[in-house]
Amino acid sequence: MKIVLEHLTKRFPNRNKKIKDEVIAVNDFNFTIPDGKLIGLLGPSGCGKSTALNLICGLEKPTEGKIYFGDLDVTGLAPEKRGVGLVFQNYALYPHLNVRENIRFPLENLRGDKKLTKEQMEEKVLEAAKLVQIDGLLDRKPNEMSGGQQQRVAIARALVKRPQVLLLDEPLSNLDARLRLQTREELKRIQQETGITTVFVTHDQEEAMSISDTIVVMKDGVLQQMGRPQEIYDEPINLFVAKFLGTPQINVFEGKISGEKVFIDDKAVMDAKGATDGEVYVAIRPEGFVVDENGPLTCSFINREVMGRDTSVVAHHERFLGETIRAIIPSEEVIEPKEGRVSFSLKPAKVRLFDRNTEERIRVQV
Amino acid sequence: MKKNLTAWLCLLPAVAFLLVFMVYPLVDVLVYSFEEGYNFASQSYFGTGLYNYSYVLRDPYFIQALKNTFIIVIITVPLSTGIALLISLGLSNIKVLRDFYQTVYFLPYVTNTLAVGLVFMVLFKKTAYSDGLVSILIQFFGGPGVDFIDGPYWAKMFVMCFYTIWCVMPFKILILTSALASVNPMYYKAARVDDTRPFRIFYKITLPMISPMVFYLVITGFIGAFKAYSDEVALFGADLNAAGMNTIVGYVYDMLYGNSGGYPSYASAAALILFAIVFTITTINLMVSRKTVYYN
Amino acid sequence: MNNRDIKNEEARSRAGDVTRITVRYVLLSVWAILVLFPFYWMLLTSIKSYGSYNAEYVPKFYTLSPTIDNYIQAFTAVPLAKYFLNTLIFTVITTALMLLVVILSAFAFARLDFRGKDLVFSLFLSLMMIPNELVIITNYVTITNLNMRNTFLGLILPSVTSVFYIYLLKENFEQIPEELYKAAKVDGTSDFRYLWKVMIPISKPTLVTVVILKVIECWNSYIWPRLITDDQNYFLVSNGIQEIRENGFGRENVPAMMAAVVVISVPLVVIFLIFRHKIMEGVARGGTKG
Repeated sequence: MKIVLEHLTKRFPNRNKKIKDEVIAVNDFNFTIPDGKLIGLLGPSGCGKSTALNLICGLEKPTEGKIYFGDLDVTGLAPEKRGVGLVFQNYALYPHLNVRENIRFPLENLRGDKKLTKEQMEEKVLEAAKLVQIDGLLDRKPNEMSGGQQQRVAIARALVKRPQVLLLDEPLSNLDARLRLQTREELKRIQQETGITTVFVTHDQEEAMSISDTIVVMKDGVLQQMGRPQEIYDEPINLFVAKFLGTPQINVFEGKISGEKVFIDDKAVMDAKGATDGEVYVAIRPEGFVVDENGPLTCSFINREVMGRDTSVVAHHERFLGETIRAIIPSEEVIEPKEGRVSFSLKPAKVRLFDRNTEERIRVQV
Repeated sequence: MKKNLTAWLCLLPAVAFLLVFMVYPLVDVLVYSFEEGYNFASQSYFGTGLYNYSYVLRDPYFIQALKNTFIIVIITVPLSTGIALLISLGLSNIKVLRDFYQTVYFLPYVTNTLAVGLVFMVLFKKTAYSDGLVSILIQFFGGPGVDFIDGPYWAKMFVMCFYTIWCVMPFKILILTSALASVNPMYYKAARVDDTRPFRIFYKITLPMISPMVFYLVITGFIGAFKAYSDEVALFGADLNAAGMNTIVGYVYDMLYGNSGGYPSYASAAALILFAIVFTITTINLMVSRKTVYYN
Repeated sequence: MNNRDIKNEEARSRAGDVTRITVRYVLLSVWAILVLFPFYWMLLTSIKSYGSYNAEYVPKFYTLSPTIDNYIQAFTAVPLAKYFLNTLIFTVITTALMLLVVILSAFAFARLDFRGKDLVFSLFLSLMMIPNELVIITNYVTITNLNMRNTFLGLILPSVTSVFYIYLLKENFEQIPEELYKAAKVDGTSDFRYLWKVMIPISKPTLVTVVILKVIECWNSYIWPRLITDDQNYFLVSNGIQEIRENGFGRENVPAMMAAVVVISVPLVVIFLIFRHKIMEGVARGGTKG
């Protein structure tokens, strides 16, 4: 089921009644979620991503704009009529019902010609439980299971009635790190097996990058960029997106362009063909640094953290915005700092330039 | 041990009061209940045995009181809990005027039962001047005029139960409203997305989740209703035996004090019978709850 | 489902919403009227004159000639002011004494170590199950034998201890972090100074709850005062109103009776309206922990 959002806007009145201003949680969203894909809605907390999910689900009504499922305008339709499955951050498993009863719950709501017999229900429950691999735990109560198992039950409950759209709100944030890795692969597998259009919300860029077919990056209710994970990582359209994706974070320096060259502190660090002169941010991915005794970018060395194959060099520079620069260098290329200094040259393909005022991307010919 | 001494000094007032006004009376009431023919004036008795109990159990006034009490319990506990649940559900689902309704509903809790009882009496009583507002209303709609205060038994029982419910509602509404507020709204959202009908949401989700509080109200409701007394006095006056509206607690006090008083032995026996009934009912309640109440 | 079905569905769910909201408000308003009506009626009747009240076979829902005669009567024909004062004295002294007793014991249980603490506390808890009706018989005899009938002492003494409040406060005291106590000890603070300066301020919400519950209980208490007083000079409002009902104003004077009822009801209702959120919160706390 394809989902189309047209000028979708949601405003909330300010909590503080004295202030007349409204909070715009979702601001003029226009995009199409293709059928059968896994979409990650990514953004920092409070950016409106959960509101966007609630709008698609129907739990919130938009202030303006339309939502289409396929060709149907579902904007005014109550959530229960939309045929969506929803998984909550805290799973929302009914604590007084066991796993079987939890998964069966949506089936028991079916009426009219969709009504199922006991046997049909049991069959569907088993099928869903098998899909998420909890068919051995059907008689347990939610509080007798681990977070990961509860999460699977929640997914099974959302899938059992074969929704047209599956929505997941921060599905992995309550799991510990190891389970999170495991579960996100599971999620990808389940989505591919069922082929249900799936939208999930997360603040964890790594999570979004690893499993989404498409990522939608949001900030303050405004859609920043939408695209395949690699595309967004490689070609961020503004400084926010560049900083939000990638760990360790991209390293941002104050610099300028002059005569088609990029300067940081009067040192030309790379060429910028076709760019006009002006103040810029120079953003360098951690893997964009090359240790080079004669390199133009000389930083004060702080320490290094060996991570096995790679080493992370931690350093500082006058023009650097933030605490510490992190450069990821293959371990064998690391050399001892001289007089507490370490110099780098840059890989131009890993450097992005942004306008100092608009924070928009400046494209250069490489 | 200075520490020991400080602690005991702190506890001294409580311990002293409890010994004099709780522990000693507890033993004493048992003793009284077995002392036959106790005379309050001479403080003497002429035998020990179960005579007091058998006297009380054969006393028509006690039988009447027992019957009245049971009727009050059976009618008011389920009704008040049910109506309170309905009202709390309504309250939880509105925003406008919510605070106003909550304030109004709580008013009976802070008013003097005996004082407001008088107002109920005035509304229901038939006098030489007027049939009473309620009776007139009934007649207006074509019903018979009824004197609810001095009239037929079931009319009196109706006012009785109505006033009892009126008095116990504030507490129940308050407790149930806060219980409902403590249910995480995410469960309702989940159920809604799954197209669950409102009644099913209530029956399958809300009710199990607030069941400990409902059960708490049922237990305290039972205990409270078995001890009914002031409400009766408020409506029918201090001589409840004459009105045929006495309760077990009323019987105890009448035996102790007042026109027919001066028999602490009978009073003690009746009080112990009441205690046994309440204890049994509470135990049964607890057993039932273990099967039906969901505890997190 | 096509687009037209969706339009129908939307209309249906909107209609359903309207019905549901209407039903809710109707239900809530019916009960609100049932609650408020007696209050309205007592106010209304209290300002009708004796003559006009008795002349109305079908009582009127309003009056065009309000009078305060009934209030004057209520204060002159019966010692209403005396009942009032008695209740005030009774409530204040009982509540104050109870606070003292309860705070001291809760402090001992929560903060002090002494031999037999657990045993004593269990015994206290088991007393919580004893209904008042069981012990009131002997207490009546005790107070009578001590010649304390018709005295404030006799009225007050049996109700200055409450195991439930001790329990409530002890639980609250125990939630105060141990570190605070240790820090205070290091600074050389005495136990009682610690109780007064740290524990009591921190536990203020619970203490407020206890005071609220106790004041309401005192203001409404009827049974014990009835047993222990037969001299009108020691009547509390509940007994006073009963006395008015039985022997009244020499004749069945309903408006004057209602005036007395209003006077008795007003103080608590006013206090409630001012502190309503605190009071409701307090009652809920006290009620659900029990």
